[in-house]
Amino acid sequence: MACKKTCNINIEEFKKTQKKLHESSFEKKKINRGYADRSLHVNLSTNKVKIKPISEEMKAKFTGGRGYGMKYLWDAVTPETRWDSPENEIIIVQGPINGITQYPGAGKSYAITISPLTDIPVDSNVGGYFGPLFKFCGFDALEIQGKAKEDVIVFIDGDNNKVSIEEAPEGYANSHELAETLTEMYADSEEGKRNISVVSAGQGAEHTRIGILNFSYYDLHRKKCKLKQAGRGGIGTVLRNKKIKAIVVKNTGIKGDWNNPADMETIINLGIKLHKEIHDNDDKQCRMRVHGTTQLVDAMNAHDLLPVNNFQYGEHPEAPRLGKESFEKMFDLGKPDGCWLGCTMACAHALADFEIKTGPYKGQKVFTDGPEYETLAGVGSNCGIFDPVAASETNFYCDTYGIDTISFGTLCAFVMECYEKGIINKEITGGLELNFGNWDAQMELMHQMARGEGFGVVAGQGVHRMKKLFVEKYGADKDFLNDIGMEMKGLEFSEYISKESLAQQAGYGTANKGPQHDENWLIFMDMIRNQMPTFEDKAEALFYFPLFRTWFSIAGLCKLPWNDIMPADNHLTDEPAKVPEHVDNYIALFKAVTGKDFSKKEMLRQSERVYNLQKVFCLRMGKGLREYDYPPYRAVGPVTVEEYESRRERYDKQLKEKVGVDPEGMSVEDKMKALRKYREDQYQTLLDVVYKRRGWTKNAIPTVEKLEELGIAYPDVVEVVKQFL
Amino acid sequence: MKIVATKPELCIGCKACEEACSKVLFKENDPEKSAIRITEKSDGGYDINVCNQCGECIDICQVQAIYRNKNGIVMIDKDKCVQCYACVGFCPNLAMKYQKDIVGPFKCISCGACTRACSTGAIFMKEV
Repeated sequence: MACKKTCNINIEEFKKTQKKLHESSFEKKKINRGYADRSLHVNLSTNKVKIKPISEEMKAKFTGGRGYGMKYLWDAVTPETRWDSPENEIIIVQGPINGITQYPGAGKSYAITISPLTDIPVDSNVGGYFGPLFKFCGFDALEIQGKAKEDVIVFIDGDNNKVSIEEAPEGYANSHELAETLTEMYADSEEGKRNISVVSAGQGAEHTRIGILNFSYYDLHRKKCKLKQAGRGGIGTVLRNKKIKAIVVKNTGIKGDWNNPADMETIINLGIKLHKEIHDNDDKQCRMRVHGTTQLVDAMNAHDLLPVNNFQYGEHPEAPRLGKESFEKMFDLGKPDGCWLGCTMACAHALADFEIKTGPYKGQKVFTDGPEYETLAGVGSNCGIFDPVAASETNFYCDTYGIDTISFGTLCAFVMECYEKGIINKEITGGLELNFGNWDAQMELMHQMARGEGFGVVAGQGVHRMKKLFVEKYGADKDFLNDIGMEMKGLEFSEYISKESLAQQAGYGTANKGPQHDENWLIFMDMIRNQMPTFEDKAEALFYFPLFRTWFSIAGLCKLPWNDIMPADNHLTDEPAKVPEHVDNYIALFKAVTGKDFSKKEMLRQSERVYNLQKVFCLRMGKGLREYDYPPYRAVGPVTVEEYESRRERYDKQLKEKVGVDPEGMSVEDKMKALRKYREDQYQTLLDVVYKRRGWTKNAIPTVEKLEELGIAYPDVVEVVKQFL
Repeated sequence: MKIVATKPELCIGCKACEEACSKVLFKENDPEKSAIRITEKSDGGYDINVCNQCGECIDICQVQAIYRNKNGIVMIDKDKCVQCYACVGFCPNLAMKYQKDIVGPFKCISCGACTRACSTGAIFMKEV
């Protein structure tokens, strides 16, 4: 076998002479009640591998998953560490519930590193089989530190209890080829391919700061590798900087009891109940099994929440072309689409025989994962592109090149607005006509990123760095770029219009890693249903939801089966937005796996410890203060006259009813100024109330008392906050 | 293929079928371990629940542990099964069973033992 375009290496030949830079054996360890209680540490600078026990203190305070990841990273780095420092780690963690096959959504891994975009810790969740296959080798966490001299593969062999650092084949530069090739190379048979998972990135991750990790799994029905992405924050960039071509795990014979839970019967009963609920209700609710997250395009467009042309507008008449009806026709449906065993939510849909029209794979028909909502909104509507076939190709290339579709979409939209407003021109872009709607130019920008050429390299640095460059080198208006450049802390916004939801603005604004919606998605509760009219109501939601949602990353679960499927009578409960029955399921699951007492209170407490450690970590790395929580005005209100005029009736009404100003006779500029002052004041007031609710100072610093209350007032943690108090 | 067919109006609720089934499948008399289930209806009479071999579970199973044998009967390969129980939740007839002492789901294998135990003709083998 040889790959068709990017190399000529014969893998069979390569295998015969492949060099091993390290190989060691480890003792097999069975999981006990969701835990292995040890981690695997690989140092690529020294080619040393060690197994570390996980202490009872670590387990008691940080629970697992992202909790372990944050603490390990905290211990590994200093305030001077940057993303490309050798001591920076990529940590991949699972969590105690991860790996069960009975309850949908139990295969997620969480990847953690110091981000090349933000210089602070980033966490990103990802499906695929790597997490459980790795965990069942007997490890709760994988830490990779140091840098290899040449491209390597880290191979964890659970069948033979060995870890090795191996020479990687040349070529096979991109993830869809790497996953397929390495799965074949390391599997014993066709059927054995499902026992392999490959973590990789591609050429785009090498030349940009927005690299992703692709986690593979083998679809037995279609006989193809699929990929899921740890997308946010540039973790793939760190992977390639460490010269890791792939991390491969092999573990054969997985069974439903390998997580060795305390109470299997309860888990099975909860699982069957949710399978049945999905079977009975999915068709009447989100239809995730048919449309996946593409259905959100239609829903967001209908509520003026779908980003169009760099977050200027929230809807577009052509947007439904990017939505569920198109993809119902395009997806290869009818076979299981779960990204871990037993996930009947099955939202990971794919496209079969998809013909590529541009770039190195032009003319090939590929099997490729379908775009998610965020991708369609980012590379599609936000860039003024409404062709589902085009957006699917953009998605294919983003994935295989190892580029984050969200950051790519948001930065491309920014570049397009700058181009249309004359801030940059053809000379600067090297001839690319980056108008909204120009898919050819968008694709060429991405191919340049992969090749490390031209304006692609500039854009691949992200919005934060482009803003600085455009001001310093091309004389752009700094204030205007700060208003329209949709990034915070260095990370590009995910794809929702937050202008009419103050709570969501603060949800984005206060998110530890930067403006990603996984901490908060409050728009419907706030804007559509008006369920939190006061600052205190909003602050309560901004206390509860980030902690509740953080818990999934600690336990090792996917969030989608929490609220993308609901019991039929959920609307009759006291707090439908929380999906109380499913919360009860999670409490019961945690108890059943670990055998420990558990409650809703303890659930939030587990998260609060991790969340506050991450917050202090941000302070330690130079961000984390209040000033970093101010969003660009585009996330808060209309920046331009065109934006104001496009929703004039709404804004005029607000001026009259909320601001107390009569818009009659005022110029648009004056109306915009008055609205902006009102909205920015509201935001500041909300921040005060949120920080107070979280036990932080007005400058967003967790107090020593808060850290003590949480039991994480370790000397090195307290030392950090004391610098700011 | 031959499947177990039912005429619930002839059922007298003796549950001899459940006994016969659990003895064939698990060598013990335990109605919870029977792939055919008789339940009394609130308005009198009985419901008979048994697999009709529709095969919807085959496409639900991620690890291809569910297949049709040469006679067309839907079977479970225990070695391949990873005990996710998706097939139990997704069976349109609730005929895929779970019992706490048995590892993995189980179902009617169309052996006919229940029909031979039935004295009224409420269950019988039918060629479809």
